Amino acid sequence: MNKLVVSPSPHAHSGLSTAQCMYGVLIALVPAFLISIYFFGINALLVTATSVVACMLFEYLIQKYLLRTTPTLNDGTAILTGVLLAFNLPANIPLWIVVIGALFAIGIGKMAFGGLGNNIFNPALAGRIFLLISFPQQMTSWPAPSPWGTGVDAVTGPTTLNILKRGNIEEIANIDVINALIGNNGGSFGEVSAIALIIGFIYLLWRKIITWHIPVSIILTVFLFSFAVTVSEGIEYAIIFGELQIFSGGLLLGAIFMATDYVTSPMTRGGMILYGVLIGIITVVIRLWGAYPEGMSFAIFIMNGATPLINKYMKPKRYGEVVKND
Amino acid sequence: MKTFRIGGVHPRENKITAGQPIVAAPLPQQAIILLSQHIGAPAQCVVEKGDSVKVGTLLAKANGFVSANIHSPVSGTIAKIDTIADGSGYQKPAIYINVEGDEWEESIDRSETLVTSCNMSAQAIIDKIDQMGIVGIGGATFPTKVKLMPPPNMKPEVLIINAVECEPYLTNDHALMLAKADEIIVGIEILMKAINVDRTFIGIEANKPDAIELFKQKTQERKDIEVVRLQCRYPQGGEKQLIDAVIGRQVASGALPVSTGAIVQNVATAYAVYEAVQKNKPLIERVVTVTGKSLTKPGNYLARMGMPVSQLIEVAGGMPEDTGKIVLGGPMMGRATANIDTPTGKGTSGILVIPEREAHRQEPSPCIRCAKCVAACPMGLEPYLLSKAVAIGNLEIAEERNIYDCIECGCCSYSCPAHRPLLDYIRQGKGKVMAIMRARATEKK
Amino acid sequence: MNIIFVSIISLAIIGAIAALILHIIAQRFKVDEDPRIDEVEKVLPGANCGGCGKAGCRNFAESCVKADTLEGMLCPVGGNEVMKRIADILGKEAHEAESRVAVVRCNGSCQHRPQTNIYEGAHNCAITHSLYAGSTGCAYGCLGCGDCVAVCSLGAISIDPDTHLPVVNIDICGGCGACARACPRNIIEVRKKGPKGRGVYVACMNKEKGGVARKACEVACIGCSKCAKECKFDAITIANNLSYIDSDKCKMCRKCVDVCPTGAILAVNFPPKKVVEHAVSADTPEQASQSDNQ
Repeated sequence: MNKLVVSPSPHAHSGLSTAQCMYGVLIALVPAFLISIYFFGINALLVTATSVVACMLFEYLIQKYLLRTTPTLNDGTAILTGVLLAFNLPANIPLWIVVIGALFAIGIGKMAFGGLGNNIFNPALAGRIFLLISFPQQMTSWPAPSPWGTGVDAVTGPTTLNILKRGNIEEIANIDVINALIGNNGGSFGEVSAIALIIGFIYLLWRKIITWHIPVSIILTVFLFSFAVTVSEGIEYAIIFGELQIFSGGLLLGAIFMATDYVTSPMTRGGMILYGVLIGIITVVIRLWGAYPEGMSFAIFIMNGATPLINKYMKPKRYGEVVKND
Repeated sequence: MKTFRIGGVHPRENKITAGQPIVAAPLPQQAIILLSQHIGAPAQCVVEKGDSVKVGTLLAKANGFVSANIHSPVSGTIAKIDTIADGSGYQKPAIYINVEGDEWEESIDRSETLVTSCNMSAQAIIDKIDQMGIVGIGGATFPTKVKLMPPPNMKPEVLIINAVECEPYLTNDHALMLAKADEIIVGIEILMKAINVDRTFIGIEANKPDAIELFKQKTQERKDIEVVRLQCRYPQGGEKQLIDAVIGRQVASGALPVSTGAIVQNVATAYAVYEAVQKNKPLIERVVTVTGKSLTKPGNYLARMGMPVSQLIEVAGGMPEDTGKIVLGGPMMGRATANIDTPTGKGTSGILVIPEREAHRQEPSPCIRCAKCVAACPMGLEPYLLSKAVAIGNLEIAEERNIYDCIECGCCSYSCPAHRPLLDYIRQGKGKVMAIMRARATEKK
Repeated sequence: MNIIFVSIISLAIIGAIAALILHIIAQRFKVDEDPRIDEVEKVLPGANCGGCGKAGCRNFAESCVKADTLEGMLCPVGGNEVMKRIADILGKEAHEAESRVAVVRCNGSCQHRPQTNIYEGAHNCAITHSLYAGSTGCAYGCLGCGDCVAVCSLGAISIDPDTHLPVVNIDICGGCGACARACPRNIIEVRKKGPKGRGVYVACMNKEKGGVARKACEVACIGCSKCAKECKFDAITIANNLSYIDSDKCKMCRKCVDVCPTGAILAVNFPPKKVVEHAVSADTPEQASQSDNQ
């Protein structure tokens, strides 16, 4: 007979591992990836591949030669960072910029804090913001979408967000919401298709990888806040304005995949909702009154920084706290 | 369907032995009776080497209020009074009895006839339960009489019978409910009389439809006993969770469960109470689920206390080749043991033989702060934080974040995708924090 | 030109005002502290081990400055040398104290004490100890998870990768006793440090009867009391099937080492040629790895 194993209880495990969670998120990103290849062609594929390979390489090199630990590439976190970073970039971005973004994301965003589980900011987001500030020209000229990326070289005019920011009522009323839903509009290639991202969201909920609290509170807040701001122009207009705020830019990608990053989001349900609401408010404030047309990544970044504070003060509802209720 | 409100998980049920009848296990050649088969002080031995005993002879007397009598489960001669390594491997005092025949004390009624009427007073019932060494045999082995005597300022209103059996694999309560429904109901009546309440809820999880049906049928004409069907969720069998699930009240931190007006008793304890009060039979045998995916004859065995674990595994078809771990109790809260010669006791609800491929824990990886432990904790604690605080030795944070409320159910470790040993540290820290709190309390006095 | 003058003058004025404010505040909130506390603290090793009985080195320095005499005050890590320097700083008399060192009273290496099961819980001795007897047959021996290593602020103790037992580096160890307090099985004892770090002690804590103890571990003390009979200095006592050598009485004649039938008594840091046991135990790692290979 074998030597018996002895360990403290429990002797059962749910079977869900860190790697499975990460690969689950990757699977949820597949629809958005397919749509982006349809609209932006081979470039979307190239940027994603470069980003993933660079992230994995930097993680491996840093873990092996700087931190001198065993590299943990197969937990899928570096791949996920790579994919999320790529999805936040324009399809026609020079690949060397992608590599710089990956280096910043993994090197500064993650490893400088001590590696997986210790980073304060979402690494992919840190990479994107770094690139946005360093290369504003390349980061904000998006190619026009066209089936199979045939018209990749054509740079679009104003994106939906630019129009929204300008606030010209007639222009806004002419925007086709359907295009935003399927992804036929300009923007970073992973964020254009609302439907693909929502399919991913449903998959994540079904696999119980994330809970609804963060995405739903962000989306609701953005809608209600932008509705309230524009309601003086008429209710119908305010509804369209709110809808467009949700379906344009990186809002859904951010709300579903970036803000829900385990490491950098709060631990309790109440904390998650607070975090989501604040992200929603900051996003709309930056979008409407800030210097940038897009505020999602900054909003998440700011709230990442506030997460430890939220964790300190938002405690879960404890058993025995509830007053007798019969 | 009712259930408790905070946290919880639903592990794979794996109730391999569900629906199997109770089979009596053969007598061991030598029975080894541990003197501490219950929570509280070990019992005091009242026999000597060479004494001959019958089934039901008192072997050891309760030593203090929170303690319990221990009776001989076999007839024979006391071989020695010594120590034996218990499930933990530490030596504990025990009585060794060489088994000769199966002779019972005359006072015990061994017939199968159902005795329904009970004319004893509440105090007499409690004394009888005390005398017969009845403890809570759901697993915690807390002396039953202590629970039946709440502090005078707390008035019990309802009795809740714990027939939840939320631990995966275990089916001993289920088997007992199917076989002894009438006796259990008489036991419940006796318990109600003892604590002077006129309402009882029997909480049964939905994965035992036959037992729910049977008890509904047996109690359909009565108003005082109600069967409550509960959603399958672990740890519903925890006293605090069950009270919340059945009557929607929660026990305040640090308070006795009876402060909610409910007294919880296990269904097997109710049966033991029936046997003790109506049949004069001490707690000397119990149903043990011997189970595991590789066992050839897993089943619900009626085993005398003091039978070595290895012999019960023999009865269930012998130790499988691929055995990797042996757990006394269920997989969530049971104790793994390396010492298979340890005897069973009043609290041994099951013996789980886990094959090698499922026996190992996986290497822990860094906490990714996924909050699954927070969502799973039925006490609303933050296991990731508590375990970290204990690991770095910061017990102040652990106390501030209510580590003492932990019920050690294991939902946190179960759900951790990083396979971190959360409960290992929390259990350790809980012990330390509670010791500090006790020291502080005595200092104040 | 004018602008430059104006800026220089205004900056100078702002600077002067700020300096004045800072000075006033510094005066107001000045804490009078004996400067010697800082001096003493500089001399201390800064391990904050708590071995002196105070809450860290700063606290010890304060106590030294306040105390009338240095008698009974000892920094176990720094030893007499540091206490002498403190005495010089404070102008007080130094009191010699014997130096002490931690010893590990278990020799149950993998070779001596075969593994009977596999432990897979958290890597922590206290947790293992409260769970069960351990992965060997001995319920008193070292669990090898290194709680002692974790608490040693000097890095004087480490787990030997071959024997899985802690090893104390006697050159670094100051005998503060943090490891002894951390050990859930009280295996580590702080004893008098002999000349050149020499010491004789019983490396076993197993309180079981001889046969049971021996079955679990080849080098267990079986409580046979041969050593006690051999000792001429009354240094050895037997209790609970276990022998104990009082380091204050022991004259290190090593007679007990020779009579011990199980080799449970260790004599450490003696010149190697005389002590046979020591030479054997130096070979154990090799033998152990050989037997592993087989």
